[in-house]
Amino acid sequence: MEIGVIFAGFGGQGILLAGKVLAQAAMERGFEVTWLPSYGPEMRGGTANCTVVVADEPVGSPIVDRPQVLVAMNGPSLERFGPRVAPGGVIIFNSSLVAAPPNRRDVRILPLPMNEIAQELGEARAANMVGLGAVVKVLGLFPLEAVTEAMAKELGARGRERLLAVNRQALLRGFSLA
Amino acid sequence: MKVLMRGNEAMAEAAIRAGCRCYFCYPITPQGELVEYMARHLPRRGGVFLQAESEVAAINMVYGAAAAGVRTMTSSSSPGISLKMEGISYLAGARLPAVIVNVMRAGPGLGNIAPAQGDYFQATKGGGHGDYRLIVLAPSTVQEAAELVMLAFDLSDRYRVPAMILADGMLGQMMEPVELPEPIPLERIPPKPWALSGAKGRDPNVASSFDLDPHRFREILRALWDVYREIERNEVRWEEYETEDAELVLVAYGTMGRICKTVVRRARKEGLRVGLFRPITLWPFPSEPLRKLASRVPVFLTVELSAGQMWEDVRLSVEGRAKTPFYGELGGVVPTPDEILSEVKKHVGG
Repeated sequence: MEIGVIFAGFGGQGILLAGKVLAQAAMERGFEVTWLPSYGPEMRGGTANCTVVVADEPVGSPIVDRPQVLVAMNGPSLERFGPRVAPGGVIIFNSSLVAAPPNRRDVRILPLPMNEIAQELGEARAANMVGLGAVVKVLGLFPLEAVTEAMAKELGARGRERLLAVNRQALLRGFSLA
Repeated sequence: MKVLMRGNEAMAEAAIRAGCRCYFCYPITPQGELVEYMARHLPRRGGVFLQAESEVAAINMVYGAAAAGVRTMTSSSSPGISLKMEGISYLAGARLPAVIVNVMRAGPGLGNIAPAQGDYFQATKGGGHGDYRLIVLAPSTVQEAAELVMLAFDLSDRYRVPAMILADGMLGQMMEPVELPEPIPLERIPPKPWALSGAKGRDPNVASSFDLDPHRFREILRALWDVYREIERNEVRWEEYETEDAELVLVAYGTMGRICKTVVRRARKEGLRVGLFRPITLWPFPSEPLRKLASRVPVFLTVELSAGQMWEDVRLSVEGRAKTPFYGELGGVVPTPDEILSEVKKHVGG
């Protein structure tokens, strides 16, 4: 088993963090993982993406040519990575920012109004966690608690109770909508 | 306990755990996190972090610390390593142990910061001037990067030969779970009676890379090459994966080595008998094990992020016993497992 997940969007949407939290959670639950960010000039152009591989044997390629899951948080990411998703895979996209759903019949398409949900929760920056929650449901490899624990570890718990609570809510909303 | 770490950070932490107490650098992408980690952690743990005014200065500071007997390291990326080459040659000539990390980018020239393996020749065949070698270790996972940095310090001290870690931007930037090796207490590092540690009560030691008398210098270099031959006998490291029944063996190192592992798995699923030979020491190159394999494997497909550099060592090892095609990419482009698999299919399975 080797599952590739790509998170993609604008710089500032918390793309790298969402991937890192997923990798951390998978590691804590005993899976082999890799997390590979886009780095350098690409980031300065305003786009960001990262690739997470979750596997039950040591990961070969950290670059994924055919991801099973894509989280596209904006239009350009969907255009770029949508066609690469493996048949039978899942495309989760941010319907708050993307008007037209991807034109694929061989994958599951999951629109999520990530920005609206985050704004309802009172924290616009939590949109990434809505997407991550959906990923956890789709993967079905470990419970959502694994991710909330990893997120707490990543964000650092002290003095950030409100942020953690909101992010937990965002994860839960994404999880239950998927 | 496993922790999720970037390759650059794991190499920095491993260096501190290996007893590195002097680190000199000049910043460059894609190894910036190594510099940042050292800046944050090394001073707190009793070491010296110094950002020099140039790469040339940094490598000469390494020379000084190494001569004083301290475990010392520098890191850079391709063009920065080119600037350090004169100093590296001096370290080799003066028999000073040091660790140099090269997180390669795509060259020549300024190039770009994408993953590439174009510095193989520079690392293994010289790069600096004169008759010398470096111990060159090529990790393919973050775990291995941490372990090989620790090993690099040990080997470099044992043989008094500088060691280089040859990584690339992908390994530097990616995160993976790491079980960090236990720190080595400084008192457990074997003493260095040759070091310039203060001559009170003994004759002065000298760290020098020259002798104006050709005959005397020849003897120094003969002794150095005896050491290189000893390293070739004792320190060759490699990994074989699914080679037992292979009709084609991929030869790849570092990042390309792990990507080729995925290729082997996909090929095996399609019933193709494909294996992987992954050199871990690029110098000394695992020639003997490869030669042995060549007595029963008909095709060795070398895959590199270069125009074909390690490929020369593969051909020298195989010595015509098998076919030795090459597949590579340039400029920081990384071939996908499927692209490599298509190349494999040109040579195996009908």
